[in-house]
Amino acid sequence: MATVWVIVCYLGALLAFALGSKALFRGTSNDYFVASRSIGPFMLLMSVFGTTMTAFALVGSTGKAFERGVGTYGLMASSSGLIHAACFFLIGVKIWSIGKRHGFVTQIQFFRARFGSNGLGYLLFPIFVLLVIPYLLIGVIGAGKTLQPATAGAFPELFQSDNPILNGGVPPWLTGLVICGVVLAYIFAGGSRAAAWANTFQTLVFMGMGLVAFVLIYNVLGQAGSPTNVAARVTEQGEVVQEYAFDKASGKLVKAEKPKVVGKLKHPEEVEQWAGKQPHLTRDEVEITYKAKNPKTKKVVDKTREVGVPWLMFLSYMFIPLSVGMFPHLFQHWLTAKSAKAFKLTLIAHPLCIMIVWVPCVLIGIWASGLLPWGMPPAAILSNVLKTLIGNPILTGMLTAGILAAIMSSLDSQFLCLGTIFTNDVVLHDSKKEYTDKQILFMARSFVVGIVAVTYVLALLLQNQNVFDLAVWCFSGFAALTPLVIAALYWRRATAAGAFASVIAVVVTWFTFFAMSGFGGEFTVMGGIMPAAICWIAGALAMVVVSLATTPPPKETVDKFFV
Amino acid sequence: MKKTSVVFLLIFVALAVLHQDAWNWSSSNLVFGFMPVGLAYHALYSITAALFWGIVIKFAWPDDLEEWAEGEENNSTS
Repeated sequence: MATVWVIVCYLGALLAFALGSKALFRGTSNDYFVASRSIGPFMLLMSVFGTTMTAFALVGSTGKAFERGVGTYGLMASSSGLIHAACFFLIGVKIWSIGKRHGFVTQIQFFRARFGSNGLGYLLFPIFVLLVIPYLLIGVIGAGKTLQPATAGAFPELFQSDNPILNGGVPPWLTGLVICGVVLAYIFAGGSRAAAWANTFQTLVFMGMGLVAFVLIYNVLGQAGSPTNVAARVTEQGEVVQEYAFDKASGKLVKAEKPKVVGKLKHPEEVEQWAGKQPHLTRDEVEITYKAKNPKTKKVVDKTREVGVPWLMFLSYMFIPLSVGMFPHLFQHWLTAKSAKAFKLTLIAHPLCIMIVWVPCVLIGIWASGLLPWGMPPAAILSNVLKTLIGNPILTGMLTAGILAAIMSSLDSQFLCLGTIFTNDVVLHDSKKEYTDKQILFMARSFVVGIVAVTYVLALLLQNQNVFDLAVWCFSGFAALTPLVIAALYWRRATAAGAFASVIAVVVTWFTFFAMSGFGGEFTVMGGIMPAAICWIAGALAMVVVSLATTPPPKETVDKFFV
Repeated sequence: MKKTSVVFLLIFVALAVLHQDAWNWSSSNLVFGFMPVGLAYHALYSITAALFWGIVIKFAWPDDLEEWAEGEENNSTS
């Protein structure tokens, strides 16, 4: 029950902090959409970083490291430090200046004006919405799946479950309702400014809690000499074993007399290469078979996991972080900046913030390979490590609050951005009627309420589906669209036809790969290339070829967007 | 393109190449007794990226953008 109280206190503090921003709310639609372009360097850093880091930063990174090992950091984090900052510098700062000069509050307004095409807006609108919705679902469903095991036992009479790990825990429908309700309350009241305040609070919480979790886990596993000794090891016989176990009664880590066998090398001829090694500590690929329970049939089946990272995947994954250049919710955060100079802190600190969050999570995932069952779902690794090794309900509550903070710091911006897009790019864009500022504000808030309600209902309907696998597809889609924004900002010769061709090429290639993957899940082509790389190249080529083949855009239009 | 921009572009490309640390691929050596070398290298890479962007800000910040953004075409809603 103490865990639940800690989480309730956290949500209360978040709500109070975010609603505190209402004191600065100017009551205008411009303040609601872009905080009257008044956000300073620190809040910009916190809101951009908090928005970029979803639940995946804490929960997903640990799970991925549990599966693939040390390569997870280079694959997803260090490349983001370089590429994200490049996007902020080359795209974000320029977008801010154009948005400020021309009064834009959405991406679609910019693209319509830059290419002189209404149709481009109508093409982009459904793409943005369809790519953001799974991202929202990941947050709401992820929150439900995190909270239920963390609060198990708190309400044994009220929330009964057949699964003993979940029995008495807060059910996902209630978590989703509370999370959506809290986010809606402050977004409804204060819009973009409230999102920036809430993100600042939440980012500090999840960074702080991530470090606390790391120190606590390090101290427990340090009993093995080095915590890294705990990671799974391959024996001379080609078996994968866990040499340590945690004794809950004494609170001590003990070396097992007979190591527990959790899997074996799929290819026996590799035994000589791997004997005595810990596969999670290198990036060399090795296939390991292990037993796992099928959640639907409850039968134990053989599964194979590739530990390590294929070289082509490592190389082509560099395209994925480009997605921040096209995220509509990040675009809106950029526009809230007080000045171009406000971006400077974000550029320098963003790679460091990524390091602070990801290094501990990746290490925890590597260590967990030697402690937890290999069949455990990756998303459950972090919470289970905490529950197994720490077990203190107050600390569990604080660390669960950290995970919720990471989830909610993205959700709020996404809800707000969809509300802003619906209001400005759909209703106001083609409307012949003149709306007062109060009416626009009312409309935006109504859309936000509608989007939150639709997201909640979809999350209820899809809570047993594996929407987490869609995350990388959302990122890939946005990443592949970046040739559009790069050309719009840096190539005077880019034409509307080129923009259409680029978007269509991305949609066709992306959908082809998505279908080939079985509509979700990890998928690579030609021995490890990420589909995003090919979609990006297709989009870039289409932009260049079609733009050069069509009439250049009018000089007076282009001049508006270049210094 | 300005000379400084070309220099920073080349450094950026060099950093992208250095991201592919093939020499650490098979190593399971530990740094500080607990951090696999492949992870330590990339943590250092993150710090290098922050330093790189710090230098870019110092020498290639687009000062003219701020003035341009405040220009006369400025929309009243901004």
